[in-house]
Amino acid sequence: MDTVHARFKEKIGEVLLPGDVFSFSVPPPEGGDCGVKSEKIICGPGFRRNGEEVQVCKSGILRQKPPNLYWIDSQQRRYVPAKGESVIGIVTAKSGDIYKVDVGGSEQASLSYLAFEGATKRNRPNVQVGDLIYGQFTIANKDMEPELVCIDSCGRANGMGVFGADGLLFKVSLGLVRRLLAPQSEIVKDLEKIFPFETVVGLNGRVWVKAKTVQQTLIVANLLETCENMTSQQRQTLFKKVAGGSF
Amino acid sequence: MELDKSCPFLREYGNEQSLLSRPDGSSTFVQGDTSILAGVYGPAEVKVSKEIYDRATVEVLIQPKVGLPSVRERAREQCVRETCEAALLLTLHPRSSLTLILQVIHDDGSLLSCCLNAACMALIDAGLPMSYLFCGVTCAIGKEGQIITDPTTRQEKESRALLTFAIDSVEHNVLMSTTTGSFSIKELQQCIAISQKASEQIFQFYRDSVKRRYSKIK
Repeated sequence: MDTVHARFKEKIGEVLLPGDVFSFSVPPPEGGDCGVKSEKIICGPGFRRNGEEVQVCKSGILRQKPPNLYWIDSQQRRYVPAKGESVIGIVTAKSGDIYKVDVGGSEQASLSYLAFEGATKRNRPNVQVGDLIYGQFTIANKDMEPELVCIDSCGRANGMGVFGADGLLFKVSLGLVRRLLAPQSEIVKDLEKIFPFETVVGLNGRVWVKAKTVQQTLIVANLLETCENMTSQQRQTLFKKVAGGSF
Repeated sequence: MELDKSCPFLREYGNEQSLLSRPDGSSTFVQGDTSILAGVYGPAEVKVSKEIYDRATVEVLIQPKVGLPSVRERAREQCVRETCEAALLLTLHPRSSLTLILQVIHDDGSLLSCCLNAACMALIDAGLPMSYLFCGVTCAIGKEGQIITDPTTRQEKESRALLTFAIDSVEHNVLMSTTTGSFSIKELQQCIAISQKASEQIFQFYRDSVKRRYSKIK
């Protein structure tokens, strides 16, 4: 069905609103010899299937990843947990065998004390209330309480766990975080040129930054917060001004 | 300001999104001199006494310009809440709360429809999943039977009936209606038709507004 791709393709890069509909009704095969080729379309976030129609349920720009993946790129501040995403959480309570972690969603996530590298029943990890955790969701759907782990499927930490002895944690929008984590991120490349710093980026909009001095840390935090709504041109002029000027 | 079936008159309207830093979504909607500021928080934690096991709990709070909220605000809150519950996909966020706070900045007529418009824009700004958009239109029926859309406070006082409708964006059905005063069935149907026509202008404005907002990101 060429019409399926065509209908999506003509809207790529356009802003869509909730209520916009793409309907795919298969025309009855005429003649009979040339069968209609059925194509598979993968609809990502922002779409909902309603029988034979695909409805847009969030406002945003329609993006495509060739050959057949389409999604709505929307600006949002509130995080909704999804399985497999790596987030920064703050430990809020210890109760029995699990820690309660605030990830910025509607519910607190639970983190078992055995979900750390090298943790056993006798050897408990050193996690206090208020610590920062970088972990991955193993269970995250709308019906159940989300669950975090700090090990991967092989049992290794792989960068996850407790972190952040110093440094600054702040919140940005989800769109900026996705842009920071993209493979060839321009923002990260521009930031690297200013001064060296360590950063942990969570998909829930939380970013932790640590540089050599407190002033540098604050400068990087402010730059990240302000470059959300700037075009790349404005961003580069701002970064150049900062790199040249204050230190 | 008279009845013009082809193009109902609406006062000059304006909108700004994402102006507040704390809420997950915010917007302000201005119709003539009536101005409302809306903020949305959600999906967030909900008190166990208020949680619903299979869908989100929607709370609406309308703060008047002066004084404390009274029964009049409670009635308006119910209208806005029922419209939001119809448009939002609440089953995607069970046991969560969606809170919508509307602050009246200035009231010069058509307050409820301005609240509905500000609410819809704030929900779009927050990125909450919706099955369609909605807008509010107010009609006033004057003493001689003439229908005025988007009336000012003075026009509302001089009218014999005031009708507010919430219209959806996909099929232009009436989602919510609230009326005061006396009118005939024919006048009601005329008002609904005019509101549906006026809603098209407002939905086009929503689209332009959101396009402007995303224009820097590309």
